[in-house]
Amino acid sequence: MKVGVIVFPGSNCDHDAFYAVGHNLGEQAEFIWHDSHSLGSVDAVILPGGFSYGDYLRCGAIAKFSPVMAAVKNFARAGGLVLGICNGFQILVESGLLPGALIRNRGLRFVCEEIALRVESTNSPFTNACERGQVLRMPIAHGEGCYIASEETLDELASDDRILFRYVNNPNGSARDIAGICNPERNVLGMMPHPERAADLILGSNDGLAILQSMARSLARAAA
Amino acid sequence: MSATTAITPDLVSAHQLTPDEYQRIVRILGREPSLTELGIFSVMWSEHCSYKSSRRHLKKLPTHGKHVLQGPGENAGIIDIGGGWAAAFKIESHNHPSFIEPFQGAATGVGGILRDIFTMGARPIAVLDSLRFGSLSVPRNRRIVEGVVEGIAHYGNCFGVPTVGGETVFDPCYNGNPLVNVFALGVCRHNEIFRGVASGVGNPVIYVGAKTGRDGIHGASMASAEFTEESSQKRPNVQVGDPFLEKLLLEACLEAMQTGAIVGIQDMGAAGLTSSSCEMASRAGTGIEFDIKHVPQREEGMTPYEIMLSESQERMLLVAGRGREEEVYRVFRKWGLDAVEIGQVTGDGMLRVLDHGVVAAEIPAHSIATEAPVYDRPHNVPPYRPAPLEAPPIPGADSNASLRKLLASPDLCSKKWIWRQYDYTVRTNTVSGPGADSAVVRVKENGSALAISLDGNGRYCTLDPREGTKLIVAEACRNISCAGAEPAGATNNLNFGNPERPEIMAQIVESVEGMAEACAFFEVPITGGNVSLYNETLGEAINPSPVFGAVGVIKDAVPPPMHFQAEGRSIVLLGGLGHTDPARFGGTQYAKVILDALWGLPPALDMDYEKRVQIAVRQIARHGLAESVHDLSDGGLAVALAEASFGPNSIGAACQLDSGLQPELLLFHEAPSRILISTTAADKVQLIATEFGVEAPVIGVTMKGSLRIRNSSGVLIDCALAQLQDEWQTALDRALHV
Repeated sequence: MKVGVIVFPGSNCDHDAFYAVGHNLGEQAEFIWHDSHSLGSVDAVILPGGFSYGDYLRCGAIAKFSPVMAAVKNFARAGGLVLGICNGFQILVESGLLPGALIRNRGLRFVCEEIALRVESTNSPFTNACERGQVLRMPIAHGEGCYIASEETLDELASDDRILFRYVNNPNGSARDIAGICNPERNVLGMMPHPERAADLILGSNDGLAILQSMARSLARAAA
Repeated sequence: MSATTAITPDLVSAHQLTPDEYQRIVRILGREPSLTELGIFSVMWSEHCSYKSSRRHLKKLPTHGKHVLQGPGENAGIIDIGGGWAAAFKIESHNHPSFIEPFQGAATGVGGILRDIFTMGARPIAVLDSLRFGSLSVPRNRRIVEGVVEGIAHYGNCFGVPTVGGETVFDPCYNGNPLVNVFALGVCRHNEIFRGVASGVGNPVIYVGAKTGRDGIHGASMASAEFTEESSQKRPNVQVGDPFLEKLLLEACLEAMQTGAIVGIQDMGAAGLTSSSCEMASRAGTGIEFDIKHVPQREEGMTPYEIMLSESQERMLLVAGRGREEEVYRVFRKWGLDAVEIGQVTGDGMLRVLDHGVVAAEIPAHSIATEAPVYDRPHNVPPYRPAPLEAPPIPGADSNASLRKLLASPDLCSKKWIWRQYDYTVRTNTVSGPGADSAVVRVKENGSALAISLDGNGRYCTLDPREGTKLIVAEACRNISCAGAEPAGATNNLNFGNPERPEIMAQIVESVEGMAEACAFFEVPITGGNVSLYNETLGEAINPSPVFGAVGVIKDAVPPPMHFQAEGRSIVLLGGLGHTDPARFGGTQYAKVILDALWGLPPALDMDYEKRVQIAVRQIARHGLAESVHDLSDGGLAVALAEASFGPNSIGAACQLDSGLQPELLLFHEAPSRILISTTAADKVQLIATEFGVEAPVIGVTMKGSLRIRNSSGVLIDCALAQLQDEWQTALDRALHV
């Protein structure tokens, strides 16, 4: 698997994603600069955490206009795997690749802590190496991670089995404890928790690797 | 103000220069200064930039050691961490701005120290904060806490550096004068260290980063004066930070450094363009000439005076090799940043500032940078000490109630409310984060890990600045030793009151000499630091509050956690129960929280014994003999046992203490050189202790769910952990949001 890690000027989890894929998972990773019009020959894309263009406006609101996002949209439309983490999730939502919005945390403060995340569906290229109901431990670190959407959208996400992760103890006020959702085609995942920060036991957890392993497994199957 | 303004005594005094200092300026120039020149001297000779009151005493600090690659005098100190890699680190204060505008004051404090690190070529991988606030019963102090924490979070989180630890203390002496000291550390290769030197006559001087505005003019001089009623009028002196821009500057600088085109680089911190230009020229023995018309400006009509004194954030000055400018510009263009040649390096040693071709300032660069007055401020009186020597009677009390009250007190309670707002896991290096004895970050580049601890204790230092300071050095070194790390280098932030008062100057001298003695003894050289004086409001000085930051290297082995991990483990008190008496009890948290008093002397420190305890604990940690290790500090043994019990598994302890000491002293005294270890191999732990002549009694055993402590006459403490932990965990939030 060759993963392209998109680098916006304010991305600050790009190195972490690169290291998790390259070092912890042992797959290939490469950086893709935000003004690229092409993704090259990558098999999957990670939109990492950070503050894309400073995010002094709405998080991800400017990133959606970047050249690389046009390429990411095409890649997603063609069925490519796209994983948006934290700011990456915010960008996916702003870009219309995922429904809903991410607003200020309930409590209005930035929250950093290790949380428990329940796998709600294994029917996705991001969770097929997990078990349904499995609890993964990984950090969150965000100020605007409260997921909201209309009741109809939330119902639809639930009935289509597109809620891949829920918080065990909701840290930010997200509707229906939602921590990660995918698109109807199931090849685009956005999640607030950081799997790339839980890829090494020395840091307390390597549960996040299950998500990266799922992606590698799906791609291997598709290639076979 | 125009450049032809006459220099009157009032104007000189408004620049916080004494008549003697003014005469010194006239001597250096051989003439009267222009207004711009007066401004330049005033900031460069401010206490903040020149260390004029502390310099002669700072020289007493040991600065050399086997690990030191760069000592004081640069933007940050650097130590060797193995494998061709180095760590650059330093601490800086932003005390005064954080009082006037807590959010921006603290945010720009983080920004400033980060630039000091990456200007050396090192990518920042850790930030720690030492925070001292006034009493939480005062509403204004609560707002300052919220603002400072939010400011640190805002800047560090966006920049993408983890805030991995620190300390937070509350005391009424900081009511009008909070202390915000920020430590940052970065890593770089030995052969890729950059310095602030303007070498090579004819080389272009390039300005990069944010445009210059009118913000922060005279920030350095503000940081060098006491607070008065008028200080709140100085709000425009506080700068505004843009962490996103700083992130761009970081990436662009590190990338530009890789081109090999950069000769020297320095951030524009305190005193902005003035200090960066004259310090870079001074270090290289050259001069710098530039025209302010080339300086990117945010506002119209700025005078040379304003441009030279602006402290606008996120700016750097660099010197490139002539002919290689384009390589630098290309990188900065990629990151969308201004990079403009404003002048060049000259051979005449002058800092020459032109305003559209007309000379606005012309001063020997070396003289401004290094010939600031150095004062031997009078200090031939006893240090100011607002506390009796005599101990009051220490009444017997319900120890359970005392322990609960201590654990819920602002100094000892969990600071999670604060550090939960900091991104402490970004960069995926945080092995031990906030709340631990020391922060531990791994270094992916060379496979090592670094342990870092910031410590201070204003109460100890009030009672005896010399001994108090030795105690904080010992504590910081002990903290990193608990992680198995050997101290390799240190940085200090000396926070004191007005040095022009002999009884305050005496505190400074005693403290610095105590630090020098302890640093030499523990073999931990000071590689740089910061001095913050005039921390007084309306004549009321803060407690002498030196802060010490120690850095140590862990070559292999994972540091043991601080919490008890499993039931039925032996609890060894490495170092023993320690000695105390009522006079040595007056600086403790018990005296502060339960008795609301301060008296006597700080705990007695035997440095030789302390050193042996530290060597022993490092060996124990490295050999994997300890399941948990936790240092005893504020609150003494009972508080340390409770803290070690507040882990995820709710493992407490049952202890039997054989001592004839009064229970209050036994449980809560703060004698140093003591460490709690839980282990399945008590005999092996004791064997190592014996080897170094260190006491290591087994004082109890770990048990699920509660904390019990007995002495020979009965039960002293018997608490359910759940309740104790809940009170400890929620106390700060409750105190802040009454």
